Amino acid sequence: MNADLQISAAGKLQHLLTIEGLPPEILLQILDTARSFVSVTEREVKKVPLLRGKAIFNLFFEPSTRTRTTFEIAAKRLSADVVNLNIATSSQSKGETLLDTVANLTAMHADMFIVRHGESGAAHLIARNVGPDIHVINAGDGRHAHPTQALLDMFTIRHYKGGFHNLRVAIVGDILHSRVARSEIHALTTLGVPEVRVIGPRTLLPRQVQNLGVHVFHDMDAGLKDVDVVIMLRLQHERMNGALLPSAGEFFKSYGLTPEKLARAKPDAIVMHPGPMNRGVEIDSAVADGRQSVILPQVTFGIAVRMAVMGILAGN
Amino acid sequence: MTLPDAESLIAKLAGQIQREAGPSIALVGIYTGGVWIAERLHQMLRLSPPIGTIDVAFYRDDFKRTGLRAGVRPSDIPFQVEDAHIILVDDVLYTGRTIRAALNEIFDYGRPASIRLAALVDRGGRQLPICPQFVGAALEIAPDESIELRRDQSGRFTLALIAGST
Repeated sequence: MNADLQISAAGKLQHLLTIEGLPPEILLQILDTARSFVSVTEREVKKVPLLRGKAIFNLFFEPSTRTRTTFEIAAKRLSADVVNLNIATSSQSKGETLLDTVANLTAMHADMFIVRHGESGAAHLIARNVGPDIHVINAGDGRHAHPTQALLDMFTIRHYKGGFHNLRVAIVGDILHSRVARSEIHALTTLGVPEVRVIGPRTLLPRQVQNLGVHVFHDMDAGLKDVDVVIMLRLQHERMNGALLPSAGEFFKSYGLTPEKLARAKPDAIVMHPGPMNRGVEIDSAVADGRQSVILPQVTFGIAVRMAVMGILAGN
Repeated sequence: MTLPDAESLIAKLAGQIQREAGPSIALVGIYTGGVWIAERLHQMLRLSPPIGTIDVAFYRDDFKRTGLRAGVRPSDIPFQVEDAHIILVDDVLYTGRTIRAALNEIFDYGRPASIRLAALVDRGGRQLPICPQFVGAALEIAPDESIELRRDQSGRFTLALIAGST
């Protein structure tokens, strides 16, 4: 899964499949462009004509509300035509392969595919098999990557903290099953965050996670001390095979973010969550709805960031 | 060729706008040079509505050829566009394509009562039916040359001729 598939010989972004291997300039270009799209979404007409006449296919092989909806809104605000494919009721359930589905949609003159799939590498497979004018965005593949979520989190951090160079960021919870965590770690280190911490029980941390340049903590009080940003992850029941955890209640006791645990962080620390939240499992409602929570602004910024990614890809 | 003094062209523009446009106008500058000039005119004419700023990147007609360049700045029109009398300000008026894009963008903020166009330099070469109402100077510039507005650290403006670019 190299970056070459994503970046053309001329150094331009062709597909957005993973943050890994992307240079900071490309990440910053996306974040800067997204800033301009935030101002578009605050106007009377929340639309620009950039992608007029382009056909964008949302291919979601896995359930998603927020990501699919924000991609759809983003595409519509760029004036593209969006088709949402409900894969459960499509030809895939009749045995058509992934690449046959894509070939058929390409014959319908698709310009861009947004792919969410339970298997790691699905978006890469599609990107490797489409023509040069078609762009692919990975909207989450297995446990591997979720680059636009990481980018919108970076946008949120920059919005509230002004930059990346003096920050301590903690990612908390089920790191093992989280494609979001993996993409975030790559984005944070690429953008120059000096200290990235991961906090979780041994059973929910990937082996050798420290090789990604992060500090590992198993204790919330120690891990949250003096951090500027707390990123909570969803406990992914559906990806857990076997007994990794005693119970959701036990998890909350040790790793759930309560006001008391949050008090270990800096007083102006922000709390983020990619959604959907399990209240009372990884996050207490008093924190989720509290003064330091920026969980809903994350969703709003997600639209502008996805507009930026689509706008940049379509022009390259 | 000797280029005119940018500072006196701005003074000339300010005079024209003051005489003909009346007091109830709002300025919208196009990045980058147009915003600089709009800021200066706003000071000189003591206008009360804040200036609007536009980056036309999302409305350009050459997106398919050139893509989205890096460094797009957020557009911001902080006054009510509906029923406003607007003067759109740019530094160099050439093909008219940037102005077309800016007009489209302004209408996405609301329906103004009127829009007039002020340009520091009109270098001819129009490809669209667009005509400025306020002009600092009309100059003959060869197609392979371009003209650029520069601002030094003290905020003083000068014009520069650049050969071999478009």
